[in-house]
Amino acid sequence: MKELMLGNKALARGLFEAGCKVVSSYPGTPSTEITEEAAFYKEIYCEWAPNEKVALEVAHGASLGGVRAASAMKHVGLNVAADPLFTISYQGLNAGLVIFVADDPGMHSSQNEQDSRHYAMAAKIPMLEPADSAEAIAFVKKAYELSEEYSTPVLIKMCTRVAHSQSVVETAERIEPQQVPYVKDPTKVMMTKNSRDAHVRVEKRTNDLIAWAETADINRVEMGDTKLGIITSSTSYQYAKEVFGNNASILKLGMVNPLPQKLIIDFANKVDKLVVLEELDPIIENHCKQLGLDVIGKDTFPVCGEFSQNLVRECMGLDVADSDKLEDAIPMRPPVMCAGCPHRGVFYTLKKNNCMVYGDIGCYTLGAIAPLNAMDLNVCMGASCSGLHGFNLAMGEEGERHSVGVIGDSTFIHSGMTGITDISYNMTNSTIIILDNSITGMTGHQQNPTTGKNLRGEPAGKVNLEALCHALGFNRVRVVDPYDLQAVELALKEELEANEPSIIISRRPCVMIKGTVHNPPLKVVEDKCVGCKMCMKIGCPAISMKDGKATIDRTLCVGCDVCTQLCKVGALCPNNKEV
Amino acid sequence: MVNNVMIVGVGGQGSLLASKLLGHLLLSEGYDVKVSEVHGMSQRGGSVVTYVRFGDKVYSPVIDRGQADYIVSFELLEAARYVEYLNPEGHVVVNTQTVDPMPVITGAAQYPENLVEKMQAKGIKVDAMDCLSLAEEAGSSKAVNLVLMGRLSTFFDIPEEKWIKAIEECVPAKFVELNKKAFALGRKSE
Repeated sequence: MKELMLGNKALARGLFEAGCKVVSSYPGTPSTEITEEAAFYKEIYCEWAPNEKVALEVAHGASLGGVRAASAMKHVGLNVAADPLFTISYQGLNAGLVIFVADDPGMHSSQNEQDSRHYAMAAKIPMLEPADSAEAIAFVKKAYELSEEYSTPVLIKMCTRVAHSQSVVETAERIEPQQVPYVKDPTKVMMTKNSRDAHVRVEKRTNDLIAWAETADINRVEMGDTKLGIITSSTSYQYAKEVFGNNASILKLGMVNPLPQKLIIDFANKVDKLVVLEELDPIIENHCKQLGLDVIGKDTFPVCGEFSQNLVRECMGLDVADSDKLEDAIPMRPPVMCAGCPHRGVFYTLKKNNCMVYGDIGCYTLGAIAPLNAMDLNVCMGASCSGLHGFNLAMGEEGERHSVGVIGDSTFIHSGMTGITDISYNMTNSTIIILDNSITGMTGHQQNPTTGKNLRGEPAGKVNLEALCHALGFNRVRVVDPYDLQAVELALKEELEANEPSIIISRRPCVMIKGTVHNPPLKVVEDKCVGCKMCMKIGCPAISMKDGKATIDRTLCVGCDVCTQLCKVGALCPNNKEV
Repeated sequence: MVNNVMIVGVGGQGSLLASKLLGHLLLSEGYDVKVSEVHGMSQRGGSVVTYVRFGDKVYSPVIDRGQADYIVSFELLEAARYVEYLNPEGHVVVNTQTVDPMPVITGAAQYPENLVEKMQAKGIKVDAMDCLSLAEEAGSSKAVNLVLMGRLSTFFDIPEEKWIKAIEECVPAKFVELNKKAFALGRKSE
């Protein structure tokens, strides 16, 4: 039966059909649904690991134990998993291992726009790249075959537009591969001669895979008009077909590492003009140039950002459809912290106290947006802790008295623990605030090791953050309720003053978690409101000004009472309270 | 020939069900279909867009400027934001409800006035209606999506009973009657 299926769900379907048994991942947009969808199949064990490095090592361990396994992550997650990636490539495996990596051209939900194909080349691992959901299912199955035939992990690269688009698929039954027996093999220990031998094996494997790529149907030629030839892959293929149809010939590459040679040269010889259409870096283009081919590539198409059919038309000098917009300036609508978000009180207090805030990756990055404007910096998962330590080394007491690192619970477990260990071990007087909202929020509410639940929401082990921070060498660890602005400010001032490193755990569950109890919405006592806009300073989407008075959006307000604490005239109060 | 419907609104307004319903219906009508959206920020009140494309064969998952046949908008400002995606013969179907974005709340920007009239002055065919009231009449403020789908359905050569069947297949049983009512109100409203 035909059905519409999200690209990421199709990958999960591919895992199911290929008989995959173990998936270990860390959430990250646009890869999260791969693992969430796989978890709906009872035949597949799925887990959230503390980070991508752990996840990949778990999946590889399962492969060595003899079952088909997978790990999914976003592009920057592969940076974290890069350490095992390179050596797993050498060591090989037992049953098939597939690694999903989802790039985000256009940075819809990412801090950079890196091109994961570099990793496939650097780690010498084959990489497949589906262009729609039907290919997503087919390529997972193909990846397991390749993985086992060539004893190599196989990367499957997604991008936002393939991961988050639904297209038509047909599903099939699951196969149940036999568990591969584990046999002790002394050459599997990656040291000295074993590693040198493994490297030779990997180079030969790449040559074998190039030979495979020359004729495999995963790379296909669609001959049309031969005046123009386009070499492309993934979503760029879709734009090429939409713009040119049969007015160009297309070489669609399903495997982007290693790239074929003869296939490309033969295709080039059949067309008058050769174009490489690829998002981000000129990888296929450079390969063509190494083959001595004359190609149009990044001299015509941008390195930065996503492509679209209009962009392809414009770059190729073709007309685009007329379009008209209104003369009015349309105000932006950036994402905001939800009404009642427990992070809001912390960021308000940090701004009020003029703190330098080294932020991290999560919902709380939205603390950088007006009117809170309470984040100075962020880099990557965990950098708030280690980065602040370095900042304070440079700034000395001036930095230590006025700067904090801010990190979420899931991000702290992912990469913050090692950073705070550097603080306690090498003794800067740094202050870290852990925003513990009991969930991994930004990626859509995944459980993590601090929530006491596993991926399927069942009871699981639970990390005690206070005990953990004490064990990592912090004497000063305190917990505050971020809805209590006085308590937050007191904790902040005392810990910045203290002559040793400290951890403040701001603890309050995300208001969007199912089951979080909300208070009734607040109301504005109109004759008390003087229109001073104090309540507007926290950037709550439930509060706005109408005719010089504050108004509360009853559908959004969860009665968190943070605004009440700012109102000097008592104009904001619970609905059920007599005034 | 590819047909293009853009569904736009504010994160959390319920565009997911609208695109699911439309995709399901169009697939059952024998079309090739692609439905595309960006996840990740959608819960947080940002501007959200879903592309629904259908025809004999659909390649690109996105709709580009000048291509949309219909813009279905859950909110007035969002309709205005995306009108440049409309083709010259295109229609806007818009809920007249307004939701202030953060720059308007903080006073850094103004919510433009008379947006329906300004779109019409550009020669754009605008079907504006108070979907929130109709949804509440149907029984829930959350049924705005089905009111909009009801209105959109009047532009399609697909019989009403097929839409109703799609609602029955896409919506949890206990909400089917509510959603059918909202759909009918949207379809009949002037």
